[in-house]
Amino acid sequence: MAESKLTVSQQTAYWEKTRGLMLVILAAWFVFSFLIHFWAPQLNTIRILGFPLGYYMAAQGSLIAFVLMCVWNAKAQDKIDHEFGVQDE
Amino acid sequence: MAAIQGGFLANLGRIYALYTGTFIGFTIFIGLLEFMGVPNRILGYLFIFLTLGVYALIGWLARTAEVNEYYVAGRSVPAFYNGMATGADWMSAASFIGMAGSLYFGGYGGLAFVLGWTGGYVLVSILMAPYLRKFGQFTVPDFFSARYGGNVARALAVVVLITASFTYVVAQIVGVGIITARFLDIPFQLACFVGLLGILLCSMLGGMKAVTWTQVAQYIILIIAYLIPVVVLSAKVTGIPIPQIMYGQALEKIEALEKTFGIAQPYASAFTDAKGAYSPTAMWNFFALILCLMVGTASLPHILMRYFTTPSVKQARDSVAWSLFFIFLLYFTAPAYAAFAKLEVYQHVIGQPIASLPAWVSSWGSIGLVGACDGANAAQTFALCKGVTGNGDGILQLSEFRLHTDAVVLATPEIAGLPYVISGLVAAGGLAAALSTADGLLLAIANALSHDIYYKMIDPNADTKRRLVISRVLLGLVALVAAYVAGTLGADILFLVSWAFSMAAAGLFAGLVLGIWWKRAGDAAGVWGIIVGFGLCMFFLIATEFYGPWVKQSLSWMGDINIVKIRGRDVAYIWGINNISVGIFGIPAAFLAMLVAGWVSKPASAEMQDFIDSIRVPAGSVRNAEAAH
Repeated sequence: MAESKLTVSQQTAYWEKTRGLMLVILAAWFVFSFLIHFWAPQLNTIRILGFPLGYYMAAQGSLIAFVLMCVWNAKAQDKIDHEFGVQDE
Repeated sequence: MAAIQGGFLANLGRIYALYTGTFIGFTIFIGLLEFMGVPNRILGYLFIFLTLGVYALIGWLARTAEVNEYYVAGRSVPAFYNGMATGADWMSAASFIGMAGSLYFGGYGGLAFVLGWTGGYVLVSILMAPYLRKFGQFTVPDFFSARYGGNVARALAVVVLITASFTYVVAQIVGVGIITARFLDIPFQLACFVGLLGILLCSMLGGMKAVTWTQVAQYIILIIAYLIPVVVLSAKVTGIPIPQIMYGQALEKIEALEKTFGIAQPYASAFTDAKGAYSPTAMWNFFALILCLMVGTASLPHILMRYFTTPSVKQARDSVAWSLFFIFLLYFTAPAYAAFAKLEVYQHVIGQPIASLPAWVSSWGSIGLVGACDGANAAQTFALCKGVTGNGDGILQLSEFRLHTDAVVLATPEIAGLPYVISGLVAAGGLAAALSTADGLLLAIANALSHDIYYKMIDPNADTKRRLVISRVLLGLVALVAAYVAGTLGADILFLVSWAFSMAAAGLFAGLVLGIWWKRAGDAAGVWGIIVGFGLCMFFLIATEFYGPWVKQSLSWMGDINIVKIRGRDVAYIWGINNISVGIFGIPAAFLAMLVAGWVSKPASAEMQDFIDSIRVPAGSVRNAEAAH
């Protein structure tokens, strides 16, 4: 592998973007892991196709969100890597 | 194999498609045998021995003497297949056998496992996997050593790794034991050792390379085996074979039946106690467990080391997304499995005359996983009936029916009266799940002992051949000890596994995250993070589980502590928290210790900060600070 060609300021800019992406996804993770489930008893009063909504969110809704977050991270980070020319394939 | 070797990676798609087709054909063939009247026992033998044989064959074909192949599968596993292998590595006996059982009994409360065992991958994706892949060594303790100044940090990481992985692997062997005991009709202790053979055959010769390609094969079997019974049940109950959408109807029917049975706590109700009232303690326990499981996901070395095997950093990230997708397929089906199983029991088991109960009641009852406790002396036939007094009216009431958590998934096909071929298929799937995880865990333990302790700390001049021989011998020894512990103790699978998550989370998470994301953290921070986090976690685990009365007496200054009689012991619940989420004490403590130690001690050296910069960027070489010394 070739030596990384980033200057110090480029390295800082790259890492700020990467960290920004991480924090946004971390916030989304927090919402779907914890925050929405605080209201599960209230959401359970709504029923869709027989599912109480609070139950559905913990059994399926949040899971779909997690998969999408991982795909989002992979795609967005890849874009950042290309922007700085530091992708490894 | 040598002739195909060159083409193996190029032909992955074709090879595994052929394999999947053959497996489906084999299942249909067994179905035909059943139709022709071949006894169930033979069908069970066929499923178990043929699948074990296939895993052993792959293990044999993938044998290797190359260090790079043995430890990281030659770093040639494409993201998609690494995703499948991680899925199998991840989904253990606890996911396959235990989880739907816990949903069956816990309702909404059981969803903590579904959430906790998926959401952690988001943390793996954003915080760890790409950077650990770039770092590019062999084990997780390698990272601790390189980042926190050498062998002290390495040894501590090894201690955490071995404690957590060993607890975890014992649970897997219990799972293997339950399945082999039931389907081969042999004693549980012996069954643990039979299962062990399967594990060793896969991993001993080929290390990570063999384990990877076996795990892909095991994933295919376990996902088919999990989906088929639920799809059939969904079609049977609702007429539409898409269980993940249709089980809403099952939930409604369960709710209606609960009213007729006089159950106060509705199945899908969130954060309620046995009387159906809102319970903040239930809510805090739910969130504490989710946190421990998620953080544990991002700390367990046998999972993290899977991301060392991809060809690039980009593929490591892609591979996390694939992993979670493949895991998701099982996890979003588990609540459906539980709901349909519960409905079957409510509709077709409860209220039946004892005299006409089907054969599965006695066959599962004889290994202590089912109990029909109507008569006064039912405990003589059913071990599970101890302490249950039936009314002796010859009818099985709800309060007289006992089902072990670990039997729900395995016994449901029989409970629902599906053909026995489906039971055999589920058993093969459960076996695949338990074996694949046990493989990954044993490999992680053996690698820590042979690579981190022996090669890096005792004899750095050892040649390749010697290192691999030592790794194989240790793998066999650890497996033997684990099988012995599992066979003699047995235990609740879900509890053992959850403890392993808490241990790893408390011991390793802070060091991994801050090691990548906080450049200032020096050697002292890393070392103290593990000591305080892991130490506190183990202290609370052992104290609350085995010395409950002492905790209540001596730690009362901490606040509310109550004693719960569970697992035959007086277990202490501090602030009402079940010790299944004991990591809740260790995780924050580890971060706090690292922050304090990081700020009072001198910051990491310039070379170390340069090393961190180099692993944060996918391209370029790793500027290892250790090498500069």
